[in-house]
Amino acid sequence: MESRAKIKLSLKNISKSFYSRKETFEAINNVSIDVYDNEFLVLLGPGQCGKTVLLNIIAGLETPTQGEVKVEGQKNDGASSDVGLVFQKTAIFPWKTVIENVEFGPLAKGVPKSERRDKARYFIELVGLKGFENAYPHQLSGGMKQRVGIARAYCNDPEVLLMDEPFGALDAQTRYQMEDEVLRIWEKEKRTVIFVTNNIEEAVYLGDRIVLLSSCPAKVKEIYTPDLPRPRDYVDALFLELREKISNNTDLAL
Amino acid sequence: MNNENDVKVQVRNLTKHFGDLKVLEDVSFDIKKGEFVCIVGPTGCGKTTFLNLLTKLIEPTSGKILIDGEPADPEKHNLAFVFQEPSAFPWLTAEENIGFGLDIKKADEKYKKSQVDKIISLLGLEKFRKAYPHEMSVSMEQRVVIGRAFAMNPDLLLMDEPYGQMDIKVRYYLEDEVIKLWKEIGSTVLFITHNLEEAVYLAERVLVLSQKPATIKAEFKVDLPRPRSFSDPEFIRIRKEITDMIRWW
Repeated sequence: MESRAKIKLSLKNISKSFYSRKETFEAINNVSIDVYDNEFLVLLGPGQCGKTVLLNIIAGLETPTQGEVKVEGQKNDGASSDVGLVFQKTAIFPWKTVIENVEFGPLAKGVPKSERRDKARYFIELVGLKGFENAYPHQLSGGMKQRVGIARAYCNDPEVLLMDEPFGALDAQTRYQMEDEVLRIWEKEKRTVIFVTNNIEEAVYLGDRIVLLSSCPAKVKEIYTPDLPRPRDYVDALFLELREKISNNTDLAL
Repeated sequence: MNNENDVKVQVRNLTKHFGDLKVLEDVSFDIKKGEFVCIVGPTGCGKTTFLNLLTKLIEPTSGKILIDGEPADPEKHNLAFVFQEPSAFPWLTAEENIGFGLDIKKADEKYKKSQVDKIISLLGLEKFRKAYPHEMSVSMEQRVVIGRAFAMNPDLLLMDEPYGQMDIKVRYYLEDEVIKLWKEIGSTVLFITHNLEEAVYLAERVLVLSQKPATIKAEFKVDLPRPRSFSDPEFIRIRKEITDMIRWW
């Protein structure tokens, strides 16, 4: 009998609207979610539904119009290093080598070189890029660049790792590879992860829980808990059944 | 009964080397008139090079591509392409985009109007006839591009990962829509994708490329009734077999 899981981060009644002279655009409408410690939580929603805005609010890059984000009970406003971000359009610095990218967070915090290099090396090896420390991003494949992004996010010692459709720009096969990779990395170095995707199959493969968001303005439609042991099988009957269920509940955002 | 005249496209011994790098080696296959064929292969196997050869952007090292028995020639044949990035002309409305290929080929005005109307109706875009690409979502723009390609009633319609980044629900919708257009217009379609599930969903036949130097490793007939279901056991069986054949991850 499991004891009540600890809540790492919680969103309470988050709403976000954007105002211009002519109109008001409502991106998020009253979203409340509790994120448990060390869980792999997936935020799933159709395109253009406000997922990225929500993630930005969690990261402190955007302020909500209403509501608040609490990390371990403390209100979180403004960007903090408590939260590590991995982006879809690879945001690693093209003029820096892999190791210079990965150590960037500690560098910015003033961590001495040998300590931050060791740390960076650890995470570079963790993501499977040992040997590529001195490579530049242009020398890496799409999947490899995303691994650098993940290593960089981890290296910053975040409380929560946020991943915004990190595999969205990868082809379907590389995506499968990276889905296994991200789980392997997460199992090895457990953190609380909030992973945003628009791909239902990916959500069912990865998530401890899946929060299904509606199309704009984003609201929580339903939360699913895949009762499937890992490693999951994309063509397993129960997997497909859950996929179909979620698909039928997902809004079409043409 | 297989009639030789059924064959629309013949690819014979297509080979492409870039110096020492052998990308394609002796690729041969036929596509029948009005057939919907998908080509899949492992990441990095040479699909883009293959596509560039078919669009005549580059010349093969050896081998040939024939359409209706003659060497494929963009001036003689109607070749239509849809790429991953939507490429609707920003200065034309939806209906002007869709009619564009017919304008270029100097089609009869009445025919052009009826084709455009037909495509707009099939796509359900009546309300957006006069919209410009910047007023459309990415998926809508891509649908206009696909409509433009079909409107030409091309000899060969090439599609390269047209739905790449879109969310999966939109993908399903667009896949159904492309099948609808295909059935209505009857074009010969070659659809290239990394997504094996998509290939099985769409294709009458799936051609599987090997790793570089790429050849056709296998061919799968997909004889399932439409609309197909990704949870259907036979669908899964075919998908699994192709996956196992390509799997590198």
